Parts: sequence; C-alpha cells; structure tokens
Amino acid sequence: MKLKATIFASIAAGALAATSALAETELTVYTAVEAEDLARYAEKFNEGNPDIKINWVRDSTGIITAKLLAERDNPQADVIWGLAATSLLLLKSEGMLEAYAPAGVEKLDPKFVDGDNPPAWVGMDAWVASVCYNTVEAEKAGLTPPTSWKDLTDPQYAGHVIMPNPNSSGTGFLDVSSWLQMFGEEGGWEYMDALHENIARYTHSGSKPCKLAAAGEIPIGISFAFRGAKSKAAGAPLEIIVPSEGVGWDMEATAIVAGTANLEAAQTLVDFTVTKEANEMYNSGYAVVAYPGVAKPVEHFPDGLLDAMIDNDFEFAANNRAAILKEWQSRYDGKSEAK
Amino acid sequence: MTVPLTHTSRMPAGPVVKGKLSRDDLIMRGGMMVIALYLVVTLALPLYAMLSKSFSTYRFELANYEFQVSDESGEFEGTILRASDLNASTGAYTATELSAGSDGRLGVTNFFPEFSFRSPVKYQIRNTVEDGRFLVGSTLHDGTEWVTLDSNTFRRVQLRPTKSTGVDNFVNYFSTPALFNSIKNSLWISVVSTIVTVTLAFWFAYALNRSCMRFKGLFRLIAMAPILVPSLLPGIALVYLFGNQGMLKELLFGASIYGPIGIVIGSIFFTFPHAFLIISTALAISDARLYEAATSLRATPWRTFWTVTIPGARYGLISAAFVVFNLVITDFGLPKVIGGQFNVLAVDIYKQVIGQQNFEMGAVVSVVLVVPAIFAFAIDRLVQSKQVAQLSARSVPYQPNPNPRTDRIFLIYCSLIGLFIVGLLAVCQFAALIKFWPYDLSLSLSNYQFDKMDGGGWGSYFNSIKLGLLTAVAGTSIVFFGAYLVEKSNGFKMGRSLFQMFAMLPMAIPGMVLGLAYIFFFNNPNNPLNPLYGTMAILVICSVTHFYTVSHLTAVTALKQMDREFESVSASLKQPTMKLFSRVTVPVCLPSVLDISIYLFVNAMTTVSAVVFLYSPKTTLASIAVLNMDDAGDIAPAAAMGMMIFYTNAAARLLHLLASKGVLQRTQAWRNR
Amino acid sequence: MTQTNPSGEPYLSIENLWKAFGTFLALKDISLEIIEGEFVCFLGPSGCGKTTLLRAIAGLDLQTKGRVLQDGKDVSNLPPSERDFGIVFQSYALFPNLTIEKNIAFGLENTGRKKPEIAARVNELLQLVGLPEQGKKYPAQLSGGQQQRIALARAIATNPGLLLLDEPLSALDAKVRVHLRHEIKELQRKLGVTTVMVTHDQEEALSMADRIVVMNQGVIEQVGTPTEIYRDPTTLFVADFIGEMNQINAVAGTSGRIKIGEAEMISRPHNFAAGTPIIAAIRPEDVIPHGDDALSPGLTDEISTQENAFEVTVDEMEFLGSFWRCRLASKRFGDTELIADFSINAVRRLELGEGKQMMIELPDDRLMAFDRNEATQ
Repeated sequence: MKLKATIFASIAAGALAATSALAETELTVYTAVEAEDLARYAEKFNEGNPDIKINWVRDSTGIITAKLLAERDNPQADVIWGLAATSLLLLKSEGMLEAYAPAGVEKLDPKFVDGDNPPAWVGMDAWVASVCYNTVEAEKAGLTPPTSWKDLTDPQYAGHVIMPNPNSSGTGFLDVSSWLQMFGEEGGWEYMDALHENIARYTHSGSKPCKLAAAGEIPIGISFAFRGAKSKAAGAPLEIIVPSEGVGWDMEATAIVAGTANLEAAQTLVDFTVTKEANEMYNSGYAVVAYPGVAKPVEHFPDGLLDAMIDNDFEFAANNRAAILKEWQSRYDGKSEAK
Repeated sequence: MTVPLTHTSRMPAGPVVKGKLSRDDLIMRGGMMVIALYLVVTLALPLYAMLSKSFSTYRFELANYEFQVSDESGEFEGTILRASDLNASTGAYTATELSAGSDGRLGVTNFFPEFSFRSPVKYQIRNTVEDGRFLVGSTLHDGTEWVTLDSNTFRRVQLRPTKSTGVDNFVNYFSTPALFNSIKNSLWISVVSTIVTVTLAFWFAYALNRSCMRFKGLFRLIAMAPILVPSLLPGIALVYLFGNQGMLKELLFGASIYGPIGIVIGSIFFTFPHAFLIISTALAISDARLYEAATSLRATPWRTFWTVTIPGARYGLISAAFVVFNLVITDFGLPKVIGGQFNVLAVDIYKQVIGQQNFEMGAVVSVVLVVPAIFAFAIDRLVQSKQVAQLSARSVPYQPNPNPRTDRIFLIYCSLIGLFIVGLLAVCQFAALIKFWPYDLSLSLSNYQFDKMDGGGWGSYFNSIKLGLLTAVAGTSIVFFGAYLVEKSNGFKMGRSLFQMFAMLPMAIPGMVLGLAYIFFFNNPNNPLNPLYGTMAILVICSVTHFYTVSHLTAVTALKQMDREFESVSASLKQPTMKLFSRVTVPVCLPSVLDISIYLFVNAMTTVSAVVFLYSPKTTLASIAVLNMDDAGDIAPAAAMGMMIFYTNAAARLLHLLASKGVLQRTQAWRNR
Repeated sequence: MTQTNPSGEPYLSIENLWKAFGTFLALKDISLEIIEGEFVCFLGPSGCGKTTLLRAIAGLDLQTKGRVLQDGKDVSNLPPSERDFGIVFQSYALFPNLTIEKNIAFGLENTGRKKPEIAARVNELLQLVGLPEQGKKYPAQLSGGQQQRIALARAIATNPGLLLLDEPLSALDAKVRVHLRHEIKELQRKLGVTTVMVTHDQEEALSMADRIVVMNQGVIEQVGTPTEIYRDPTTLFVADFIGEMNQINAVAGTSGRIKIGEAEMISRPHNFAAGTPIIAAIRPEDVIPHGDDALSPGLTDEISTQENAFEVTVDEMEFLGSFWRCRLASKRFGDTELIADFSINAVRRLELGEGKQMMIELPDDRLMAFDRNEATQ
C-alpha cells in the first residue's frame, strides 16, 4: 500500500516536474508554537527538504483547536505541528487525525507517543507547570516561600495567589487535571476548594499569572516553568518553585490531518519532527523534549523539573475534560463574585 | 347655464397604470438590491446561523448502542443488550445527564452494576446506526461492526453525543448559576455606569453650553478623546493606578480594582464622549424664550432648572442613557482586562468560544445578550424620533450670561473631568515608557518592541491602519450609495422600508455577537463565501456592517437636506441619475462623506469585540494585540500599543479636519458668498 | 360643464385621470386638453390636486388610472426621462455646487452637442433671461428672482415641448413676483412653448394664463380664459375662490327669476326648478349705487331694473385706497350684510356715510344663482 502510494507519488511528481521545473508541494501547517520560532523550524526542515513549502497558520492553542474542530467536515490543514496533546486527543476522538508512525519514532521517550499503534500523534516537547514566586513582594508581604501545592492553601497566602482559569487556559486545565490525578478525584476538589480561598483571581491566559508575579502585582503565580524562566531572564525578581508533589504538564505534539491531499509530504514533515535534529531545535525553548538525551539545561530553569513531572494520563484528561470544567465552573466561577 | 356638477367619486375598476421603469430606475433598484443583499449576507444570514447554532444540541442517543456480555471463559452466548434498555433498568443516567455539549463523554460501565475491571468477562459493543460514535480510549469507532473488549479496556469506552435540535442549551444555561449570574452582573454594571456617566456628562455639557467659563474649546476636545482609544485602554490605566502595585492604590481603601469598580470607572471613561455629545446637542437646541419667561416669573434658578432645563433636555438624557447602557453591556474589552472574577455576558461569550470551544453555548449567551441590547436600541430610536419633532420647532438659542461664581465652579468641575480623561491616557503613556514597573523605573522604548510579544507585533499595527483605511473607503462608498438609493429612488416602497430596517439593525447587534455569527456563517465549509474566512476582507466586511447604522443615519441626514427635486430636474433634463450623484450629490454632501469615513476609520482602529473571533495570524490587529498582550501579562506593551492607536486616530482626526477644510475651500466655494 | 376650447389640435390630452393615495382620491376623473403654445394655469387651494396633476403630467408621480397624451404620443406610463418637458420648482432646485453656466449646461451635456455649441447656447439663454454676466457665479451668490430665472433657463435649454412650472414665484417677495410674472409671460410668448403653471395665487393666474383650470378637491371646477372665469364662474366654488362674491340665501323662481326673502328679482337665466333653495351671488363691484333722485325717470342715475333695486342702510365703510368697501344692511337679507365696492367718485357724489340710507341695484346680468347644496358640501 505504502509502496504503491510512493510509486504513484513519484510518477505524479515526475509528471509535474516535466511541466514545471520548480514543482513543489505546499503544506498548510497549523501551529500554536511561538511565532518567533516558526521561521527557524521551517528553515531547518527545508535544509533537507527544499521541495516542500510550509504555510504556517499560527494562533493560540484555544483558537487553533477551535478552528480545527470547526473545520472538521472540511479540513484546511495538512499537518499540525506544535499543538497541545490534550487538543490533539480531542481531534483524535473526532477521528480527525491520520495515524502514522514516523520513521525513528521508536527512539522517542514512550511518554511522548500516542499509545495506539500506529500512533495518531507524536510529542515534541513538554511544558511543565511551576509556581512563579516574586521574592521582593513576598518579603514585603511577609510570606515564606511555599514548597508544595499543599503549602499554597496556607492562610498566609490569602489573596496572594493567582492562577489561570481552566475554562480559558490550557495551562489552567493541566494544573487542575494534575491535581485530580495526584490527589484523587475527591482529594483534588478538596484541595482546590482550599486553594480557591487564597486565589486573588483567575486569569484568562496561562502566562499571565507568572507575568503578574514578575510585575509584583500578585506575588505568587501558578503558571509554567518556561514563562518563569523568560521573565527571570528579563530581570524580574522571581524564583521558580517546583512543588514537591509533582507537577502537571502537557506537551506540544505533531499529527497528520486525516484526508490531507498531500499525505506523502505530510509524512515527510512528520518524519522530520521526530529527528534528533528537530528535538535539538525544540530544546532552545523547552527544557524537556521527546528525544532522550538531547535536552541541554535551559538558563533559569528550575532543577529537578523532569523528575517532578507526573505520569500524566492524557486520556483521562481528554475524556473527562467537559465534566471537570463544568464542575470547576460551578464550584468557583459562580461563587466568585459573592466574595 | 349653471349646471350642478356631479362627479363620480368612485374610481372605476380595472388595472392600475404601471409605470415603465427607466434605465435609472432599474440601475437604482438594482443597486439597492445589491446593497440589501450585502446586508442580508453580512448580517441576517450570519445571525440566523447563530440562532440555529444556539438550538443545536448534543445528546447521547442510547438507542443507537448495543452490547453483549460474555461468560467468565470469554464465550458470548448471543444476548444483545440495548443501551437504552440497560439505562431504563439500571437508572444509571437521568435525562438531563444525557444532554451534553459537543465534547461530551459518557462512560458505559454504569450500565453493568456487576462490572469489575479485573473480571475475565469480555464485552462487545457496536453502533446500530452509521453515524453512531463511541471511543475506546481516544480512538473513535463509528462503524456498526462489533468491537470486542476485555473488562479492563471496556471501562475506557466512552459514548459520544450526536447532534440534534432543541432548547437543551438554554435549559442548561439557565440551570448553571455561573453562567446566568452574568446577566445580573451585566445589567448591574450597565445601570450603574449609565447613571454615573449620564450625570457627569450632563453637568459637563451644561457647563459648556450654559456657562461662560473659559477653555470651552479645550474641554470639548478633551471630552472627545476617549473615542479614539479601544475601550480596554482605561482598564490598563486603572491597573497602573489602582492595581496591587498601583500609584494611587490607597485611594481604594483596600477594595479591588479588578471587578465592578474597575469596569464602572473604565466604562465612564469610554462612554463619556457619547453621552456628552448627545446631551450637549439636546442642551444646545433649547429655547431661550422659556428662560426669559421663567425669569420674568421670578422663578428661582433651581426651579427653572427643574421646570425648563431638565424637561428640555429629557429626550437627550434618555437617549444618552440608553446609548451608554448599550455600550457598556455589549463591551468586551474592558471587563476582559479589569473584570477579574466578575463575569459579564460579553466575556462569557469569549470564554465559551475561545476557552472551551463550546460554540453552542457561546451562541446561547449571544442570544441572551442581544435581548437587552435590542431593547435599549428600540427605546433609543423611539426617543430620537421624538427629539426630531422637538427640533423642528423654531427657537431662539440660549445665550448664557457670565456669573463669576458658578463659572468658577463649572471650571473646577470640568477640570476634574478633564483630569480624569487626560490622566488615564497619560498614565498609559507613562506606563508604556517605563522599563519594568515597578522594579526598574528607567525610561525605555523596549515596550514598543512589539515583535517580541504576542499579538502580531508591529505588523498588527499596520494591519489595523490597513483595516481602518479599507473600512473607511469601502464602508463610506457602500453606506453613502445605499443611503442615496433608498432616499432618492422612486416607488418601490416595500423594498425601501425593508432596506431601512436592515440598515438600522447592526446598531442593535453587539460586536461579539456579530463576530461569533460570522464564524458560524463564513466558516461553514459549504458556504461559497468560505474563502473569505481568515482574510482581511472579512474584517473589513464585519467592521462595515458593525458600524453601518450610524454611518447610514449620517448619510441619510445629509441627503435629506438636499433639494428633493434634484432628481426630478435631472430626469427632465434626460441626464442619468448617476451623473447627478457624482456631479452634485457627492460634492454637496462631501463634509458628511468625510465624517462617515473618519467615523469608520476610528472605529475600525479601536474595535475589539467584532473582530476578536475573526482575525487570523496574517491579519492580527493593533486593538486585538492590546488585548492579547494584556492577556499574556505584557501590560506595558499593551498600553504602548493602545497609545499608538490613540496617536494614530488623533492624527487621522487632524488630517480629516485639514482635509475637510481644504476640500471645502476648493470644491465648495459655493458655500461662501 | 362648459369648456371653451380655443381652436387648434390639442398638444397635451389628459383622459380620465385618477390618483389614489391609499383610500384618499387626490384626482378624480380629470380630463383636459391643452393646445400647442398655450399658457395654462392650474389654480386652486392647497390640497386641491393641482400639483398632483402636474406631477402626473411630468411622470414624477404616476397617476393611478387614466391616460396622458403628449404630441399625439401616449406617455401615460413613461418615466420622466422619456417624456419631453422642462420643469421649474418653487425651490428652484439649482445645483448649489455648480456655477450658473454649468447648471444651465447640465441638460445639454451628453446630447451630442459640442462644447462650443453648449457654451453658445448657455450664453444665449443667459441673454434671454437677462442675466448675461452671471455665468461664473454660484447660485447662492444670486438673488431669489435671479435664481428663478436661471432655473427657467435650465428648463428651456433643451427646447422641451412642454414647460412645467410648479409654484415658481411663491418663494419670492411681492414686488419681484409681479415683475417676474411679466418676464415669464413674455418669454413664454417669445418661445411659443406650451406651458403649464401650478399656482394658488389667483392674481398670478389671472394675469399670466391664457386659460385657467380651477381645481377643487381633486376635480376640475371650471376651465376658461381669465375673463370667463371671473365674469362667468360656473360653480359657487369658482365664484367664491376668485375675487369677492356676495352670497345670499334665496329660492329659485321661474327661469330668470329668484326670490330673496319676499322680493322677487330678475337674475341671469338659470335651470333650477321653481322653489329650489339656491344661493344668489353678486360681486361687490357689480352693485350699483343710486342717489335719492334715482327713482325719478330721465336722469343719468336711472334704475334699469326696478325689481332689483331696493333701499339699504350703510352700516360700515372701509377705505381701501382706490375704492370704498361698504357693508350694507337690508331688511330683505335678514342678518346677512351685502358687501359693495363703490368708487370714490360715487361716494363723494352720493355723500355716503355710515348710517346713511341709500338705494342700490343688483344688475340682472350680474346676479347669479348657484346650487345651495354645493355650498354645504
């Protein structure tokens, strides 16, 4: 089957080449990767594959996911490169992903690969929850640094903690889902009930809590490590705390959209995304990547982050997402203005 | 000789004379149809798509699933169990639990009370219809063949809902306190903001119209400044002033600016010019003779105020109140930035759609939001039509007399309002220039390096200018031409009144709702207009439609002042109407045409709500960048971009002023004798 | 109804025209013929349908039923642009942003004329309306009367077969109006263009028109020359609307006789059956005053019809410049007072004064009888 397709494709390619010497395939690639990184990714890919042109469609995770779901019956994308695995699981459960085992996938950390065979998606790198702690403001307020999630429910932090709203932020959801996995369903909600008492407010985006912590607006922001490292590099008096119970995480991943007209080129691209070379490229922004042994430490990243990552059950997260969000909303969103 | 005349006073039966349509009539009707069609496609159809989306529900159709259970050795004896029957016997799920969102999941183990994931029993499951769907783990099964699973895997089976129609979404909405509380919140902040803004604006307008204080021109200019910035900019300024690191934090005595307080203060800022303009107009037309009468009757100033001033301005006050109410309740940017945990309808739409991809619930909230908006709009229209009647009476304009004491009080009052407006803008500008508030107070331009932030960088700024210009050009052409056709074409009464209605509708539709409706309509792959989605064109279309009504009314007012007989004269001279339009109508109405353009430009530059769902990575906008940078916590760059919008709009205003003057001098020499 | 048609083929024929606005009938069964070169005025109070009729002729507001024929061609359903007329409105409707020249040239463009030709025609027209030096000015720089002349020039620029004037003079002040009346009439005569003018001003109609069409409540009351309309009104409405008219309740006698109170008088011949309640009408200036000696035969002041002479008391006198308006009381009329206009001469000769008794005569050929039902309508 595969062979046939290849033969057909090469005949087609040959025919095309005959009519136009500059024949190249264009791939529409949806992504939530930071815009500044995209050019670099494409450049690197084109070094080896000059005949495939990438047309990026970039937006935030929520919007790209919404866009893909909205286009379910008429997909515009060929490949998704760099979208949260939780989102890809949603797409998978809609039957929107083309299962494909990229060449060399076996070299990746299995944590980063979809459980099915062939996998529907393959991970690239992980972003990991962390707590951004503004040392200057905390000292002013007389706070002691927390070391665990449970610490954050201490009354001394009342009004000094800020976290993203899981209803609008992927980071917020990964926190909630990790607490439910670590503390159990009941324990998780009990924990959040207690934490809610200390939360100043819930933000819409996942990076905002850390930036607000960096700006001293709220001393403790539940966010992700990468954001914290960036703000720290920018000169903010931050300490990035990895809670001792373990931290939730999500990964950026790659998948082929089912029904793509450019399957051959799409597979070529996905093959590239799992290479060591590609993983080295991801490492410039992310401390944790799918290819074992590649990651070099990133400046200002907290130590022990990799070990603290919980054994995240993405299927649990995806299949219970609607119910979790509904529960969260009725517990904390409805009550909030009564404070 | 004198014969009494008898006239038959009943018209004979038979056909009515049907006029032959001239080429001009055909052109004008054709044009009107095209523009009406434009409004149908860009307004009516999207709204319809949204409405039907709000009634599109997802349910678990248990009748569509069948199971078989094996014995301990894994042998199936063949009894087929239907999920609906199982649910009836076990009572696992109630009817409400079976209604779900598009991303709903339903576990199946509850149907089998004796289920244990360690048991050697095997299970089979299948769909009985082709479009049935269930998941094993995260893998979708939509065929009708049996799938055999061991107990441990069977607990990973999740049913998926199928699409149907009904009021479930609304039931769901009103049974979720977190959601419908927003109605109360929205109404509450809108009413409070309306009362405060109208009161403040009234005294400001009163001072400008009825006192002899100094610097009136300057105050008028300041009062109009907030129109030039996105509604979320005051929110950013308030964060710097009253946030936890705020410069004036102590003034709030521990209350938090994040919430209703912030929304109300910001709303006062951005609705002030609208209220001021309307009330100022109402005060300007009142009759001096009434005041003379009051003085001659020795009425106290206080009594005169209540018996003459307030009744005279009442239509202006009511109209201003409803305009402000509508602006606040439909605004999205400000509560997004400063609302904190205080949920309002407009932000709920955003959270449902962007945060949860729950388009159906977004549509439901939109429908809920449209109700008060349409209500406020209808009352405003009613009042406006009354005010026109009042205007037509000839009256003597009031000339205030100097009164040093009250003039001083008014000067102080206006200075305070002016300080509030200029202050918030200045804070934004100041914040934009600070390197890292509050830790590094050195001045720097680093916050202007938008390319390093979310939101599309400098490209979004230039996109905004492009959008503003395109909206101004396309919008002015469409709106003015449409208004001309509807005002000046002959006959075709039904079509014309229908067109008028369509032209009024956009004002009642909140931007968020319009934007969301556009997603449903244009992002439908079966729609031939689908390629527009994600382009600059759809942003232009959306902006033109969103701001259609005010532009249309401006055009109609200008056209009504034109001699009604121009078209008759032109026809009698056998000249095409389009020649009249281009040679006479447009040049004479040029001031209004320019007014419409600048209105569209400024609004396209500042709008957030209508376009937040529609921009694409290639068409990011400055106003959206403000929102997104704030969202990402880059508040200083957000302030910087907001001020860029302010300066651009101010420059555009200035340019408009100069252009108007120049154009008037060159082409409208006839105005000056 | 009598219709005095001057000889000649009709240029414009209106046949059984109806115009309905919802249930309101603005024109009811109007038929009219206008011959070439004629100046016709539509005269009537506001709301009588005269403007509606003009706009139907122009095709600006189409009639509901009926036909309009112009120059032998049925134009009933044609749009204005396919008819042949020029029009001047009360508002002038000059294009404010175009110079006078360009206003006049507006209709000359796109007609195959070359630029110099157009310029020459514009100059000719400016000469014609007596404003040769004003071509470069804008309308707002001219006076109202000048603007109206420019509007006229623009309307006739393309030599239309029909000139329609819709209250062209009513926006002007009295002096200018009188002056322009002559000019327009002069111009019309010079050009020989068939002209229809709508006016509510009877003086204007009487002084300008060849024929007047008096309209009321959507119907034509009378068509005739100004003298006919004035001297021989066929309906009480026309009699009342144009000039002054005394109206006295009376009863018809046998032909040529009417009874006012107890007295029988000789009137113009009429067709009312004896005993029918009627209105007797006479114009104030037609009342003949007589001195005390009028009863003696042989004097110049002789009474010609004895039956129509009777004694009255001068109740009130009002000096109106060229004549005296007197209110005369008589037992015969009960409470109604008769109004009579007497020349200054007659008043001096007869030494008339308030309270004085005198003799008057209602000449039989000026005493008219109208249907009383019409008055109560």
